[in-house]
Amino acid sequence: MRCAVLGSGNIGTDLVVKLLRTPGLELGALVGIDPDSDGLRTARDLGVETSHEGVDWLLERADEYDLVFEATSAWVHRRNARRYEEAGLTAVDLTPAKVGPLVVPPVNGDEHLGAPNVNLITCGGQATVPMVAAVASVCEVPYAEIVSSVSSRSAGPGTRQNIDEFTKTTSDALVTVGGAGRGKAIMVLNPAEPPILMRNTVFCALPDGYDEAAVAQSVVDMVARVAEYVPGYRLKNEPVFEHDRYRTPGGEVGSRVVVLLEVEGAGDYFPPYAGNLDIMTASAVRVGTALAERVGAPA
Amino acid sequence: MTATSTASDATASTEPERAFRLTDSTMRDGSHAVYHQFTTDHVRAVVGALDTAGVPVIEVTHGDGMGGSSFTYGFSHTPETDLLEVAVETATRAKIAVLFVPGIGVKDDLREAADIGAKVARIATHCTEADIAEQHIALAKESGMEAVGFLMMSHMIQPADLVEQAKKMESYGADCVYIVDSAGAMTMDGFKARVGAVKSAVDVQVGVHAHNNLSLAVANSLAAFGEGADQIDGCTTGLGAGAGNCPTEVLVATCEKSGIATGVDTFTMMDAAQDVVRPIHPEMGIIDRDGLTLGYAGVYGSFLLHARRAAQRYEVDVRDILIELGRRGMVGGQEDMIIDVALQLRREGDTAR
Repeated sequence: MRCAVLGSGNIGTDLVVKLLRTPGLELGALVGIDPDSDGLRTARDLGVETSHEGVDWLLERADEYDLVFEATSAWVHRRNARRYEEAGLTAVDLTPAKVGPLVVPPVNGDEHLGAPNVNLITCGGQATVPMVAAVASVCEVPYAEIVSSVSSRSAGPGTRQNIDEFTKTTSDALVTVGGAGRGKAIMVLNPAEPPILMRNTVFCALPDGYDEAAVAQSVVDMVARVAEYVPGYRLKNEPVFEHDRYRTPGGEVGSRVVVLLEVEGAGDYFPPYAGNLDIMTASAVRVGTALAERVGAPA
Repeated sequence: MTATSTASDATASTEPERAFRLTDSTMRDGSHAVYHQFTTDHVRAVVGALDTAGVPVIEVTHGDGMGGSSFTYGFSHTPETDLLEVAVETATRAKIAVLFVPGIGVKDDLREAADIGAKVARIATHCTEADIAEQHIALAKESGMEAVGFLMMSHMIQPADLVEQAKKMESYGADCVYIVDSAGAMTMDGFKARVGAVKSAVDVQVGVHAHNNLSLAVANSLAAFGEGADQIDGCTTGLGAGAGNCPTEVLVATCEKSGIATGVDTFTMMDAAQDVVRPIHPEMGIIDRDGLTLGYAGVYGSFLLHARRAAQRYEVDVRDILIELGRRGMVGGQEDMIIDVALQLRREGDTAR
């Protein structure tokens, strides 16, 4: 499947490095808007065609491509989405624009393969929705909450201006993809040096009579499934169960499970602390690969 | 009785003379000290008493700002919008303020606060991350509110770096930029250097928010005033995170003795503290080992009660948790890491045994 990446920032450039070693996905070009961007330079050095003429350059050559990965910003993607569809390009959206259905590979990766546009939520969503879905697969989750902490250095201007979109899109995904009754997402930037690895904490409210062993096992199994495509994704501690009186938006409960996660990046374009970038691009490659396999498979 | 004559002469239509603007945050920072269990009755009584005393700005929000009610920070007893409505109804002279932390709250929360009648929005970021507040400062202004940029944990960076962040907030439209000692870790020299540097670099007002973990909150606030601070925060009886804030009634009394006009009546303020706020948390003001540890190690004050709970649950030492959080460079909002640290300490303890 022939693909292009739009957006030559941290995410787009990291994705280029991953696509170059992905069978089934043939990377045609990295398209940006700043001729001096480090991303375009890096891609050229890797032998990838580049343009700094933006989405118009790509659309003029739309028939040379099947798939576009959008790594710009939410408002840019909202503007571009219709044009891709009209040009017959399938879009995998790495911004929090939420134009297409929300996708997390191990949870609902197979459900939207025919859609013209799929959305990868946020880095925090890719890291935490699988945990909520794991708990929700063995008991009701009336309320789920996540905290994502990323190093300040790994948060570019897009992330910083999109912080509301981050929390809202992630909260939505905890419910619509994760299966929680209600959801809340929190994002924190931490400037410590050396930079912190991406951390995510997932809290799920648990109903009376939940099965502790089943919840813990489901979480551990799901961590292994995410780690298949994000090797640095891991638990910092086995899931812990805490008991108190919690007046959650999904109703009062007496217990919660706390899942403490760390995501170390593969260090493709950005250093390993930026697990937040790595999990997005790894998820994008996973979705792109599934699309390519579907097209390649006999009808 | 000069103390009582100042406020009784003041009427709703004429602003009393004052050398700086006082913001009382009992109903916001104090939320931390009571596990976010404030009720509408608390708000009615406290806002009423502070308004009568002449406090010009009163902040009412969950301790971690709008949308703070959560597993991570503690669920509110009463929805903060209900508390805000009662505050707006109760205040006759005072402006009601809200705290908002980008990444925790969302823009709709700010719009709602403006609709209810909040007049001041304080937009808080970690002291190095001012640029995540750009949209929220702009929205506060569009919604007709005064916008205050609130740079938390200001002890963690040097004055010159703080100046850069303050200038960003000014450029987004903030009417005032605050230097916030969230860890109660700064001494008077630290405050003087930062207020002096920021004051000389921005055209907007400069404010300070002090905590009392090193027993310096009033002294630090006066030192900041000496460098030109235009706005100063207090909490009545100190009710707030960690060992508490700059106690409003003590600040007001000290200012009067020093000839600094606050516009607040000293005896009425003392009565508000003793009769209205003190009963909510009688032991407030004690600087115990844990509170002192926050100031000593430069740890975010709101971590304290969460750390105590985790210490009890996982049978580890509170001070060990706080010191490790400081060593890791955890910032405001990372309360989830308290569980992480407690579990790590327990694992290390098990290994040592």
